[in-house]
Amino acid sequence: MVARRARWTAVEIAFWVAAAACYFLFPAKLVLLTQMLIGGLFAMSLDLLLGYGGIPSFGHAAFFGLGAYAAGLLAAHGWGEPLSGVLFGGLAAGGLGLAFSSVIAKVRGAAVLMVTLCIGLLLFEAASRMPWLTGGDTGLQGIDMWPLLGLFEFDLFGRTAFWYAYAVSFLLYLAARRYVHSPEGLALKGIRENHDRVPMLGVSTARRKMIAFTISATIAGMAGALLAQTTQIVALETLSFERSVAALVMLIVGGLGTLIGGFIGAAAFIWARDVLSALNPVYWMFWLGLILIALVLTSRGGLVGTLALLADYLARKRHPR
Amino acid sequence: MLGFVNILLGGIAYGFVLFLMAGGLSITLGLMGFANMAHAALAMVGGYTAALLIGKAGWPFLAAVATAGATAALTGAILERTLFRRLYQASELEQVLLTIGVVYVAIAAATFLVGPEQMAIAVPAWLDGNLHLGPVDLNRYRLFLIVSGLVLLVSLVRLIDHTTFGAKIRAAVFNRRMTASCGIDVDKLYALAFALGSALAGIGGALSVKLLGLDPNFPIKFLTELLIVVSVGGLGSLRGTFLAAMLFGIIDVVGKYLLPEIGAFIIYATALALLTVRPQGLIGRPR
Repeated sequence: MVARRARWTAVEIAFWVAAAACYFLFPAKLVLLTQMLIGGLFAMSLDLLLGYGGIPSFGHAAFFGLGAYAAGLLAAHGWGEPLSGVLFGGLAAGGLGLAFSSVIAKVRGAAVLMVTLCIGLLLFEAASRMPWLTGGDTGLQGIDMWPLLGLFEFDLFGRTAFWYAYAVSFLLYLAARRYVHSPEGLALKGIRENHDRVPMLGVSTARRKMIAFTISATIAGMAGALLAQTTQIVALETLSFERSVAALVMLIVGGLGTLIGGFIGAAAFIWARDVLSALNPVYWMFWLGLILIALVLTSRGGLVGTLALLADYLARKRHPR
Repeated sequence: MLGFVNILLGGIAYGFVLFLMAGGLSITLGLMGFANMAHAALAMVGGYTAALLIGKAGWPFLAAVATAGATAALTGAILERTLFRRLYQASELEQVLLTIGVVYVAIAAATFLVGPEQMAIAVPAWLDGNLHLGPVDLNRYRLFLIVSGLVLLVSLVRLIDHTTFGAKIRAAVFNRRMTASCGIDVDKLYALAFALGSALAGIGGALSVKLLGLDPNFPIKFLTELLIVVSVGGLGSLRGTFLAAMLFGIIDVVGKYLLPEIGAFIIYATALALLTVRPQGLIGRPR
């Protein structure tokens, strides 16, 4: 069976073009833009699970943070090559994801939330209790990155970091796109739509869920690794419950089950946090809470849904039937 | 040996504190099936009410605790009427997100109104100090917590298992439409049950301040502990919640005493292991 080539939507193309354009439009904001890309990649990894498989994760920061620490430790201990570092972070997180995936495949409903929550808490505690390895509360420091491909030095302005994050995110986006449009991804969607009927088609739901969870953890780990490499520090916060919640918010703001939604949501979320927390961090919490409440009560489809409606409307206006 | 007995008693007392706070969550999350992440925020409302009434207004302890329960019940009822009731039929994820939103607003509001500092609570003389029982010194406040927890357990089990109110709730959770067609006002019933859960949160929060301390991050700090207690115990089972609270209180205190460098790690690992083996909880119906 050959996967049908999925058509690119206007929103997807617009996002990747706009992201590249932002490099030239906002040269003073490269650090923030890089964080948006990384946040987007992390949210997209969660989308594979939640948006396509209907499996919520309440502790996805475990994989993000593990990837960050793995890549950070590798660089801090003398191997600062960026690309192998990202792969290493992905492998570490993917390995943990694989280890826990059979548990995730077994439980359903509220128990999934609790199990993923426990995984997140476990990793957070482990990292905070091993200061000799992770730096504890002060974070992991001394991450020394080598030039990218041996050519591009990571500079103070974040120019290399931006294009590096852009390229890795884009490649992983392409890979995720292929995955969700493959038979494997279609089976995953089937599980979301009707969990009890999929086994009747001869498809093992447990196996599909395990694969999805492992892939999602791997991509989350790579996103974490990117963050460690581009900021050259790993804070304990990368493993926190708040980080997991933030990824959920980004994804739901952007739009579930669209892949690009995670990126758009992350851009909106990180931009809003930057503006609002500059006023006062307490206000940011307040607004974050209100945004969450409003989202659940009103939205269906998130920003991507709204943008798609808008694009649809404009297209119809231009070519009236 | 005597030292270890005292540590064990400390663990049991902590277990009772957990149960006092988780008892209400066992109703809203466990019984009604509403993924209520704002439970610890309601406990915080109770904690601040009691601490401020005692500290600033000079109220007697028990009156302040009762008022804390009433304030939390009112807050919970208002939230239920305005926000939560729309989501009883929604997915767990939506319930989680909405109530997490409430948590963030609550943290910001508490920081704004009371300030970010730790708040202490004064307890009356009859709860201060130790009670000498032979060779064992029992902290009066801990003893008080244990008695309160037992009273709570017995009355809740009686309420849910042996009264019409409890039967109606269980019926409404099992089949909402059928219950409504029996002439039971399900809306009112849910509001009442939610207010009850919130009242317990408020009382539990007020009683826990002396042991746990109180600051605006309380709703997040203890949310995870309470969620774990209720889900490991088994959704819908008060006895399970009690058992899990005891287990966790003891494991946590003893673990932190014997292996302080590992901290809360043991608790989370135990919870994960238990949930893996029994996803439905220690005492819980498989769903």
